[in-house]
Amino acid sequence: MILEVDHLKVQFPTRRGTLTAVDDISFSIAAGEVLGVVGESGAGKSITGMAVIGLLDPPGRIAAGEVRLEGQRIDNLPHEALRRIRGRRIGVIFQDPLTSLNPLYTIGQQLEETILTHLPLNRTQARERALSLLREVGIPAPEARYGNYPHHFSGGMRQRVVIALALAAEPRLLIADEPTTALDVSIQAQIIALIKRLAAERGAAVMLITHDMGVIAETAHRVAVMYAGRIAEIGPVRDVIHAPRHPYTAGLMGSIPRISSEQRRLVQIDGAMPRLNAIPPGCAFNPRCPKRFERCGVERPALLDAGTSRAACWLHAST
Amino acid sequence: MHLLKLESVSRDFDVSRPWLNRVIEREPRRLLRAVDRVSFEVTKGETLALVGESGCGKSTVARLIVGLHAPSEGRLEFHGRSMQMIFQDPYASLNPRWRVRKIIAEPMMFVKTEKTIDELLIQVGLSPDDAERYPHEFSGGQRQRISIARALAGEPDLLICDEPTSALDVSVQAQILNLMAELQERLGLTYVFISHNLAVVSLVADRVGVMYLGRVVELAGSAALFARPRHPYTRMLLDAVPDLEMSGKSRTPVAGEVPNPLAPPSGCAFHPRCPHANERCRREVPAFINGVACHAVEEGRI
Amino acid sequence: MMAAALTLICVGAAVFSPWLAPQNPFDAAALDLNAAFKPPAWVEGGEHAFLLGTDNQGRDILSTIMHGARISLGVGLASVALALVLGVSLGLLSGYLGGRLDAFLMRVADVQLSFPAILIALLIDGVARVALPSERHDEIAIPVLILSIGLAGWVHYARTVRGSTMVEREKEYVQAARVIGRRPLAIMLSHVLPNVMGPVLVLATINIGTAIITEATLSFLGVGVPATQPSLGTLIRVGNEFLLSGEWWITVFPGAALVILVLSVNLLGDWLRDALNPRLR
Repeated sequence: MILEVDHLKVQFPTRRGTLTAVDDISFSIAAGEVLGVVGESGAGKSITGMAVIGLLDPPGRIAAGEVRLEGQRIDNLPHEALRRIRGRRIGVIFQDPLTSLNPLYTIGQQLEETILTHLPLNRTQARERALSLLREVGIPAPEARYGNYPHHFSGGMRQRVVIALALAAEPRLLIADEPTTALDVSIQAQIIALIKRLAAERGAAVMLITHDMGVIAETAHRVAVMYAGRIAEIGPVRDVIHAPRHPYTAGLMGSIPRISSEQRRLVQIDGAMPRLNAIPPGCAFNPRCPKRFERCGVERPALLDAGTSRAACWLHAST
Repeated sequence: MHLLKLESVSRDFDVSRPWLNRVIEREPRRLLRAVDRVSFEVTKGETLALVGESGCGKSTVARLIVGLHAPSEGRLEFHGRSMQMIFQDPYASLNPRWRVRKIIAEPMMFVKTEKTIDELLIQVGLSPDDAERYPHEFSGGQRQRISIARALAGEPDLLICDEPTSALDVSVQAQILNLMAELQERLGLTYVFISHNLAVVSLVADRVGVMYLGRVVELAGSAALFARPRHPYTRMLLDAVPDLEMSGKSRTPVAGEVPNPLAPPSGCAFHPRCPHANERCRREVPAFINGVACHAVEEGRI
Repeated sequence: MMAAALTLICVGAAVFSPWLAPQNPFDAAALDLNAAFKPPAWVEGGEHAFLLGTDNQGRDILSTIMHGARISLGVGLASVALALVLGVSLGLLSGYLGGRLDAFLMRVADVQLSFPAILIALLIDGVARVALPSERHDEIAIPVLILSIGLAGWVHYARTVRGSTMVEREKEYVQAARVIGRRPLAIMLSHVLPNVMGPVLVLATINIGTAIITEATLSFLGVGVPATQPSLGTLIRVGNEFLLSGEWWITVFPGAALVILVLSVNLLGDWLRDALNPRLR
């Protein structure tokens, strides 16, 4: 296991009380595996990613649980130690390639800086490595573009540079937070394929955070569906998408328009995801759930076995 | 009789550097042709979708239709009474300092209508109490409903929708799309629907126009377009859509990126990325014949 | 709360000075030179009738401060109002319509900004003095003062409003209004203006303080209000001459009053801005 997250809880103390953005979630990612973390806005998926890499904006903090990278606990490390791990063993790809790159430095400089910080190479070796990375991510004529600034690249090219940066120090874990959302659909496909291939080649674990189920279907091996700070369902991608075990997942899949389908109206889940300060007791989804019964409003379900996946839903209680 | 007709409409934007800089540095004027000789018609009651990636000109066409820009060339004819528009960003399309009541009532200054604000709010799934609130008290989906109510207050025959659900979560999108379909049936509305999302378009549209670098490259009935796409760009776009069915079908990897609109390729704008391009494609702009603008299709090569 | 109370007291005292002040310092006949240079009441030699002492002409410092503050406040408010109306209008037009109008106005603004505000005020004041017959100088001194400080200050509002207007103009609610059919002037006034006024109001209230100080400076230099209606600046100047000879109260109290007045105006501005923001309601 590269990444293990155990009963993670992230809270934000505010003037009006403590908000729990992530409430007791657990998952793990093995080497070479891509885990998709999918959910709508406010579900807590980005915050989970930030918590794993230790980049939570204060006053947000990890209130409970553990995060372990290759067996070693990283959630309780001091800043400096975590910073070293972040670049060296964890690579991050954010959504907006424009702001992920420093506009004042050439991409060559940025790559070299990252490489030199984390790997014991000299400048020439670092440059060689940077060029080969650029080639790997598909930047044509990397020698010529080495001295270019970020604004000289298009959105898709910039994202490739960001991926190169993330992979520069040979990380064991790659966290991608909405890596293709800001890109056109044809470029999206290229970037998805790239991430998938590079991760597989390096045996890295990938945590792919997105709201786009299509991207998950193409890229991930397993998927965790988040709702109101909790995991509603987790399991192999094919099973979760084609045979969802949680009513929310089913509703979500039904509301996604598909080209091949004959339907004229989409499945609609009435209402909206509860705000963090108004999460109902019991199962967070119960007010909107077409299958709810009494227990749902009282007791919060743990992730229960439901075939090949697990779902936090009392429909699957064995008793 | 068509409700809306565009005849060879083009729109140029002057992106030259300031006059003084140009004179000193002896630079020529630079014109960006955002829309290039676009023609189509819209019949009453239908939904025509314009689809394409960023920079293809679909949003500019929307703005040309509605009058926010004047065409540099060509003609627009509108045979209806009133036209309204719904915008993409639910957070920027409502004046943050106005109450909802005032926002919805604004079109009523120009169009005589029997409807009341309360009726309109209920029609879009909100409550009459919401009229006294401010936009920031609502979620993204609710704000889009307010935008729709505002548009309906103008009693439109034609509704131009510029990416109305792109900024919304998938479950909220479903609610809004269902609402729009219901309203179309009930009120006999005609939609021009702009989107980059092919799946959404396949759901809502009767006819689809595919745009690339300012030109319409294919225009066909929705079912036909998705079942038998003819233009290479359309095929490429459909290929690029992530496959939720996970059928495992092999896909040709997409090559290259959208070129700089300031320096478009010669001839057919798609030729640098097209697997079927030949010499003629490099030289000659393909004419729009039978709903598709492609030499290879015309020559029967594909 | 404290700030509001303080402001209210200061502003109230200034506004109602003709009725509240123990003495009318502008009435030459009421002055008694024998009462000159009296120290504040709590110091030996002072009198209760003259709480903060008197100046070289026998004027009660407290009364003069109250009347002077009234003038300062009046000039400050009026000149800022003038600058505000002028600056916001030009900024809106410039930002919304763009093109040559914008280019022209911004060059004018640039040119004006290269001169210090005081110089501009002096210039306008000087021109007025030359243009008008000298008997009328005292009469119109205050309107001219308001005009000169106002004209010196429109640029900042115009710049700020222009920037915000250019941002708001691209927002979809403005485009929606255009689609609906509103005319440009209506859009500028009913849609854009409420959304760009916020930073301007804050600027304006800070500038009331600056305007008051500018007026004080001009009066200190002798080109502001006429000597017969001294404002706080005049008092400070007058008192300056006597500072080192022991009659410290003539300059210190007006100075303190000026500071307190400006401070309370700034606090009022902060409160006003928060009160007007619908998001905080």
